[in-house]
Amino acid sequence: MLRDITLGQYFPGDSVIHRMDPAVKILASVVYMVAVFLCRNIWSFAFILAASVFSTAVSKIPFRAVLKSMKPLVIILLITTFINVFFYEGETVLVSWHFIHITLEGILNALLIAVRIICLLIGTSVILTYTTSPIDITDGIERLLKPLAMLGVDVHIFAMMMAIALRFIPTLIEETDRIISAQKARGADFDSGNLVSRAKALIPVLIPLFAAALRHALDLATAMECRCYHGGEGRTKMNERKPKAGDFVLLGAFVIIGACVIIINKYAPGFNTGSVTGA
Amino acid sequence: MADFITLKDLWFSYDPENVKDRENYILKGISLGIEEGSFVCVLGHNGSGKSTLAKIMNLVCTPTSGSVTVDGRTITEEPDEDTVFEIRGKVGMVFQNPDNQLVTTIVEDDVAFGPENLGVPSEEIRKRVDAALATVGMTEYAKHSTSMLSGGQKQRVAIAGVLAMQPRCIIFDESTAMLDPQGRRAVMDTIEKLHSEKGMTIIHITHNMDEAVNADRVIVVNDGRIFLDGTPSEVFSQEKKLREAGLGVLQVTELFGMLTRELGMKLPGGITDNRKGAEILSSALKNGKN
Ligand SMILES: Nc1ncnc2c1ncn2[C@@H]1O[C@H](COP(=O)(O)OP(=O)(O)OP(=O)(O)O)[C@@H](O)[C@H]1O
Ligand SMILES: [Mg+2]
Repeated sequence: MLRDITLGQYFPGDSVIHRMDPAVKILASVVYMVAVFLCRNIWSFAFILAASVFSTAVSKIPFRAVLKSMKPLVIILLITTFINVFFYEGETVLVSWHFIHITLEGILNALLIAVRIICLLIGTSVILTYTTSPIDITDGIERLLKPLAMLGVDVHIFAMMMAIALRFIPTLIEETDRIISAQKARGADFDSGNLVSRAKALIPVLIPLFAAALRHALDLATAMECRCYHGGEGRTKMNERKPKAGDFVLLGAFVIIGACVIIINKYAPGFNTGSVTGA
Repeated sequence: MADFITLKDLWFSYDPENVKDRENYILKGISLGIEEGSFVCVLGHNGSGKSTLAKIMNLVCTPTSGSVTVDGRTITEEPDEDTVFEIRGKVGMVFQNPDNQLVTTIVEDDVAFGPENLGVPSEEIRKRVDAALATVGMTEYAKHSTSMLSGGQKQRVAIAGVLAMQPRCIIFDESTAMLDPQGRRAVMDTIEKLHSEKGMTIIHITHNMDEAVNADRVIVVNDGRIFLDGTPSEVFSQEKKLREAGLGVLQVTELFGMLTRELGMKLPGGITDNRKGAEILSSALKNGKN
């Protein structure tokens, strides 16, 4: 069950997006996220949705995988939709029964916010997490944060910690599965009782998990020492990356997408979302 | 050949300030030479100090007293950093749990980790990584995620990661213990290949006696001391001493012992090889029939 989480899952490949410099890619995904938040009317939303679908096609990530990654979002989507449909103060009332008022604007708003969340997910996963190995992401972050080194921040250590955390997510998930099965075999019950008793039932899972995490950490530290790790000083990289002209062209493409959104917001007629819950 | 690693009267405690009695040290006066290009197996029960001994050899632990000499360089007290990294680069180490020694998520990035730390130039790292992956037969997995590999494959990636540092000696600390028979076979084949084709010095710590039968030399560690040291047949024929050290006995040796003691059969002692044992036994039984 825990295995379904596709957090930080990387699909190796050779698309234009895969080959983009990770540091530039992080900038591009920030630009993209800003563009998604800027969307205000149906046309700009339609445009950004088309842009994310297009990016997915370019990245050659199977659409099925992208859809699957949305599974954990279903609940959030349902909640925001529910809140917007029932509580949005619109003008065109469709249903009015006691205290429930469903308005056309409410439904539209719910729809647009759902699209916003979906676009955010598609965009960031296709541009960044699905097409960039975690090590490249941390490498990108390390390079983007380089200027902080002048303030005395050890950027390398920070990036290393992130890389190791990412590396250990699958290991710890496996460990959790194993502990849960072991506790179940001894008669532990995780699925019944009220919230408090269920939370209590998790304690015998968390303690061995912490112990395991510590053991992993100690072993890993020794293994890293054996491989001559001594911080960022004097360290080289197998793939020393420098952004190429092509990377900036792609970044430019995302900036243009953002600009298009602003123009469409301004000139296209249509329904504008209000500032309501969710995203 | 000359010794690649030499330990002289080596005493070690993780906490020498508080452990006053040297009898409570983890390693107690070990003197040992590991010949260059040899295949040495180290046996011993849990907690006897095998892993600690291994960590001394690549300076993850520094001797409390006594000296370690690796490839002609002698280390006695706190060595300087450069020496430490030079020696760790020469004496690589592969551990038991494959999950706790891979540092990154992608196979080739992990193999590159060691040489990156050593400050090797990028193009050279690329070459070393490709060569190391080819040696362990994992080339086609170069871009795979480490978390998707089987235990045996993870261990081979870990070996490649050590090979990329171009060590002259590799210590395997129970590296086959957590694997299924197939993974174990693949890893053992890789280890044997490194020894026979690349002439590397191999120190293999194991609980599995069958893996020690083909070694050049077997060392049994007991309670921080070297208890037995010799060729496999010299060591494995000493049934009583092995039991004293908390170890089992090879099945052939045990069978031969029982046949001699209980049935009064006249069989040679010190048999460690299954096939050879079977041959002797079958000819003895044929003779008995006639
Ligand atoms: N980092 C450490 N700090 C303190 N004591 C330790 C440390 N590592 C090991 N020890 C102790 O040193 C002794 C020898 O441990 P070591 O790991 O060398 O044994 P081993 O022969 O490798 O055993 P095993 O077969 O279980 O791997 C044990 O009593 C152990 O508790
Ligand atoms: Mg050990």
